[in-house]
Amino acid sequence: MDNLVECRDLRLGYGSHAMPPCPDFTVEAGDYLCIVGPNGSGKSTLLKAVAGLVKPLSGTLSLAPGLSGGRIGYVPQQGPLQRDFPASVREVVQSGCQSTRGWRPFYSRGEKLRARDAMERLGIVPLAGRCYRELSGGQRQRALLGRAMCGGCRLLLLDEPTTGLDPEATADFYTLMRGLNEAGMTVAMVTHDRSGALESATHMLTLGPDASFERSARHG
Amino acid sequence: MDETTFLEYLSYPFVQNALVAGVMISLCAALLGVPLVLRRLSFIGDGLSHVAFGAMAVAGVMNFSDSMVLSLPVTVAAALLLMRAGRGANTGGDAMLAMLSVGAMAAGYLVMNLNPSSSNVSGDVCTTLFGSVSILTLTTLDMWLSIGLSAAVCVLWLLSYHHVFDMTFDEAYARASGARAGLFNAVAAAVVAVVIVISMRLVGTLLVSSLLVVPAVAAMRVAKSFKAVCAVAAAFTVVCSLAGILIAVVAGTPVGSTIVGADIVAFLAMALIGRILK
Repeated sequence: MDNLVECRDLRLGYGSHAMPPCPDFTVEAGDYLCIVGPNGSGKSTLLKAVAGLVKPLSGTLSLAPGLSGGRIGYVPQQGPLQRDFPASVREVVQSGCQSTRGWRPFYSRGEKLRARDAMERLGIVPLAGRCYRELSGGQRQRALLGRAMCGGCRLLLLDEPTTGLDPEATADFYTLMRGLNEAGMTVAMVTHDRSGALESATHMLTLGPDASFERSARHG
Repeated sequence: MDETTFLEYLSYPFVQNALVAGVMISLCAALLGVPLVLRRLSFIGDGLSHVAFGAMAVAGVMNFSDSMVLSLPVTVAAALLLMRAGRGANTGGDAMLAMLSVGAMAAGYLVMNLNPSSSNVSGDVCTTLFGSVSILTLTTLDMWLSIGLSAAVCVLWLLSYHHVFDMTFDEAYARASGARAGLFNAVAAAVVAVVIVISMRLVGTLLVSSLLVVPAVAAMRVAKSFKAVCAVAAAFTVVCSLAGILIAVVAGTPVGSTIVGADIVAFLAMALIGRILK
C-alpha cells in the first residue's frame, strides 16, 4: 500500500518535557484518521510533527516522498489573532499556493485558477470578497480548507477543526470532510468529539494512558 | 504667512527634498506597520526607538559626524536579539523589551549629561525625543540617506508582499509549507530597526511608533482585505505627512508633533467612517 506517514517508537516533547510514547501507526492514502486523547497527551504536537514544525525527540516519523511543501495541508487551531484578521477569503485561499509561488512576487494565472477551483469545491465562491473576520466559524474552516486544497495537498492535517462551531456547522463540517475523503483526500484530524469523529473515521489513534491505534467501524 | 510666501517656500529645493524625504519615510513605516500591528508586535517598534535613542546619544558624545553610523547597527542588533528572545518564551519577551528600552533611555540621557557635546543638553535631548524642530534643519546627507533607505525598504516590501501576507496571517501554515520563517523574521526585524532609525530624524524617538502604528490601525477600521488595508494605510500616511509637514512649515510648529497630530485627527475621522459603514 501507499504509506503517506509511518511512525515507529515516536517520542515527542518540548525541551526537557517529554510526552508519553506515541503508539506506532501508519497513514495510508485514502485513510481518515482521528486522533483523540486527554488534554496534554500530545495530539496537537503529533500533528505539528507530521507537518514538520516540531522535531521528534526520538523514533522515526517518515513521510512518503513528495509529501513536502504544500502537499501537506496543515490547518492549525484558530487563535484570536486570526479571527480578527482583515483578509478576504480569496486572499486566504490563494495563500495556499505559496509553496509553488516561491520567490515570485505575484500569483500566476494557474495559481489563481487553482484558488477558484478550491473555492468552488467548498462552495465558498460567493464569499470570495468577504472579510475573514466577518465569517462564521464554519465558513472560516472552509476558507482554511480551501487554502490547504489550493496548495494541492494530498494529506489534510486538522487540529480540532470543530472547536467553537455550533452543532449544525459541526455536522456540516463532518459531511464535507467525509465527502472530501471519499473523493480521495487523506485526512488526519485531532478532535475532542469522539462520537462525531468515529462515524467517519477509518482509523483511530488514541494518545495518553490508554494509547492505541486501531481500525474503526467504517474501515472496509 | 500669506500665500505668496508659502509658494515661495515650496519652490526651494530643500523644502521639496524635505517633503519627499518625509513622505517616503512615513510610507515605508506605514507599510511595515501593517504586519507589526496584525502580529501584535506594535510594542517592539516603541522599544526599538528607545534603544535607538540610547545609541544616538552615545554617538553624539563620541562625536560621530553622523549618528546613524552607530545607531543603525546597534538598533538592528537589538531587533535581532529581541526577536530571538521572543522565541525563547522562557523569560517574558515583553518584560525583556521593557527593561532594554528603559535601560537604553536612561543610559543615553546619562551619557549626554556626563559628556555634553554642546552647551544645550536639554535642547539636544528634546530634539532626539521629539524630532527636529524643523525638518528643514536636516542635513543633505541625512536627507538622501533617508530617501534612499526608504525607497529600498518600499521596494523590498512590495516584492515580498505575499510572503508578508503568508507570515502575518498564519506563520504555522507558512512554516509547514516550507517558508523560511527564521530568515523572514530576521530580515523583517532588521528592516523595522532601519525604518525606526531613519524616521527618528523626522518625528523623534517618542513619536516614531505613531508612524508605524496609526496608519495600520486607521486602515483596519475601513478596509476588508489585506491588500486594501495596505493601500489605505499607505494613502493615509502620505496625506497626513504631507499635511503635517506643510502645516509645520507654514505655522512654524515642530514637524514631528504636527505630523502625529494630523495622524490622530485623521484616525478619528476613519474610525467614524468605519462606524458609519458598518
